[in-house]
Amino acid sequence: MRHLLAVLLENEAGALSRVVGLFAQRNFNIESLTVAPTEDETLSRLTLVTIGDDRTVEQITKHLNRLIEVVRVIDLTDNLHIERELMLVKIRAEGEVRDEVKRTCDIFRGQIVDVTANTYTVQLVGPTEKLLAFIDAISPKRIIEVVRSGVSGIGRGTRVFNV
Amino acid sequence: MTEMLSGGEMLIRALHEEGVEYIFGYPGGAALHIYDAIFKQQAIEHILVRHEQAATHMADGYARSTGSPGVVLVTSGPGATNAITGIATAYMDSIPILVISGQVPLDVIGTDAFQETDMIGVSRPVVKHSYMVQNASEIPHIVKEALYVATSGRPGPVVIDVPKDTTDPNELCEYQIPDSIELRSYKPSERGHVGQIRKAVQALLESERPIIYAGGGVVQGDASAELTALVRRLGFPVTNTLMGLGAYPGSDSQFLGMLGMHGTFESNNAMHHSDLILAIGARFDDRVTNNPEKFCPDAKVIHIDIDPASISKVIPADIPIVGPCKTVLNQLLDAVDQELDSAERDDEPLREWWKRIESWRQQHGLDHDLLDKKPANGRLLPQQAIQAVYKATDGQAFVTSDVGQHQMFAAQYYKFDSPRQWVNSGGLGTMGFGLPSAMGVQFAHPHATVVCITGEGSFMMNMQELSTCTQYSLPIKIINLNNQALGMVKQWQDLQYGGRHSHSTYSDSLPDFVELVESFGHVGMRAENTQELTEAVDEAFSDKHQNNLVFIDAFVDPDEHIYPMFIRGGAVNDMVLQRPD
Repeated sequence: MRHLLAVLLENEAGALSRVVGLFAQRNFNIESLTVAPTEDETLSRLTLVTIGDDRTVEQITKHLNRLIEVVRVIDLTDNLHIERELMLVKIRAEGEVRDEVKRTCDIFRGQIVDVTANTYTVQLVGPTEKLLAFIDAISPKRIIEVVRSGVSGIGRGTRVFNV
Repeated sequence: MTEMLSGGEMLIRALHEEGVEYIFGYPGGAALHIYDAIFKQQAIEHILVRHEQAATHMADGYARSTGSPGVVLVTSGPGATNAITGIATAYMDSIPILVISGQVPLDVIGTDAFQETDMIGVSRPVVKHSYMVQNASEIPHIVKEALYVATSGRPGPVVIDVPKDTTDPNELCEYQIPDSIELRSYKPSERGHVGQIRKAVQALLESERPIIYAGGGVVQGDASAELTALVRRLGFPVTNTLMGLGAYPGSDSQFLGMLGMHGTFESNNAMHHSDLILAIGARFDDRVTNNPEKFCPDAKVIHIDIDPASISKVIPADIPIVGPCKTVLNQLLDAVDQELDSAERDDEPLREWWKRIESWRQQHGLDHDLLDKKPANGRLLPQQAIQAVYKATDGQAFVTSDVGQHQMFAAQYYKFDSPRQWVNSGGLGTMGFGLPSAMGVQFAHPHATVVCITGEGSFMMNMQELSTCTQYSLPIKIINLNNQALGMVKQWQDLQYGGRHSHSTYSDSLPDFVELVESFGHVGMRAENTQELTEAVDEAFSDKHQNNLVFIDAFVDPDEHIYPMFIRGGAVNDMVLQRPD
């Protein structure tokens, strides 16, 4: 099963490499990983997507907690949560197709952030499924380049995850 | 008044203030500022080794036998990488050691400078934590924090990588060290959850066929007295892992011996047929569980460990208890006392259980009286050598071992009555561990009898340290169970590879060990049968040699195997008991 883990990590040199190294050492899987400092500069927040059964995810959580620089770990998928990913796509958009690309982009609430005579660069934000659906809708043969940020997640409602 | 010191001086000062007595190390370019600081002081004694791997095992032996952290100092590059095996050894067995590695100066890091290696990166998978010094002024804080991390919670090795420029003798700064260390991201559990304790006691008192399975966590957690009290209070059988030997007195009648791959018939059977396992500071290693699918089918599991990640990693725990073994055992003792006072308990099932255990012990228990028996082929049995050492040392010696058959014979036949008495590389299985770890033990306990039980294969992996033993006059007694082969490999090849001894023998290339050790100024003896062996052992442990390193080259029966042995893929009680014809 797919799990979304949120990790608060001391914002120190080498801390991220320990997190990534752990997954390799213990043969755990990482689908995606996002990381940046929080409003408190001494802390980084990671959102990590992994796939595994409950026992594996329990082990992942325990081993993350074992790292000295990890302050807290939660599994966002245990509760209602919001997850978002940002994608930038460069799309071939020439002739009669140009309008169609624009329309599809509007349907998905994407924004065209850069334009040339024969391309659009589209910015799209949403859950991963939405981004993949957009690529399908545009048709992969028109896609020139894709860059995705990986998933970030936060709990819904009054549920708060901090130190 | 604050003192102005160089980074190198601050490093040594901080170690001394934290109670460090010895540094095991080897100098080199990137560490020379630190070595100069060592030269100018007397508070800490530096022990010059012959290879950095041995330095880590010495620090490890020091730590295992005292509970205090062992400290290593090596230079950058090859000095650092040579230390890795020892760091991994300490990591697998949760031993607190601090490894300080020199590093090239900060401004050349990343340029592939001479003797540069990314020590933080190379050591990362085998350390509990590591630090790279960026400024001289932070050195005292890092030393204090590193020692705190190494020794608290589940202990483990910690590395401090020290770029040469941060120890420059011409750059002085104020020496400031914090009074205590507080980390928001690291707070080891201090006691067991009260509700879980209650559930555990309930399960213990309801069980009919219980067994207590205790591991290295009891030794490292200084919880032997509490374990012993609980075992006696409950009247339950107890078994120890390889790492846990000595946690419960080995000569006590409630002790079933070691469990696992080469565990006793009675302990493995008692595990398999139990209805309740109380696991304390043990981690259900694959050498203990055999096939986890077939592991102890009727047993409920209570698992006590300081490290939550050890719980339900291999075998799911029914009642997990996270906390230090010592505190949790005290909590259990209190709760058991209350319950036993208030309730009448039916002892009949436990008596029946003991009867079954006794019958297993009678059927195939270990024979601890082999010294009185002469093998038909006239050869010396390795088991006899262990028994002779046990007898000559009254079971009181510190015993270190290397890895292989001799290690298992020592574990089976030397009955360890005290924790920290038995020192071996259980998790990583590091050949070459025995001699240097014995040296670390001897430094920590200068007047104690320290024995290294080894085999010629393992011994040759770190025998250069015989020179260090000469330099520091270490009177270690080395028992070399010489079977002229890599015995454990050969045994597996006998059992699983049709007797094809692929690269497990070395034809006639072995040295004359007696002459070899004598060339270092030590005493060498040779024994080829039981009588020669007992005479040599008696002499080695006599007052005559109390100040000498004695090496007994014991030529044991090369065809002897170690049994019992797990049948691969089977349950815990699926064992081969003797060599198949």
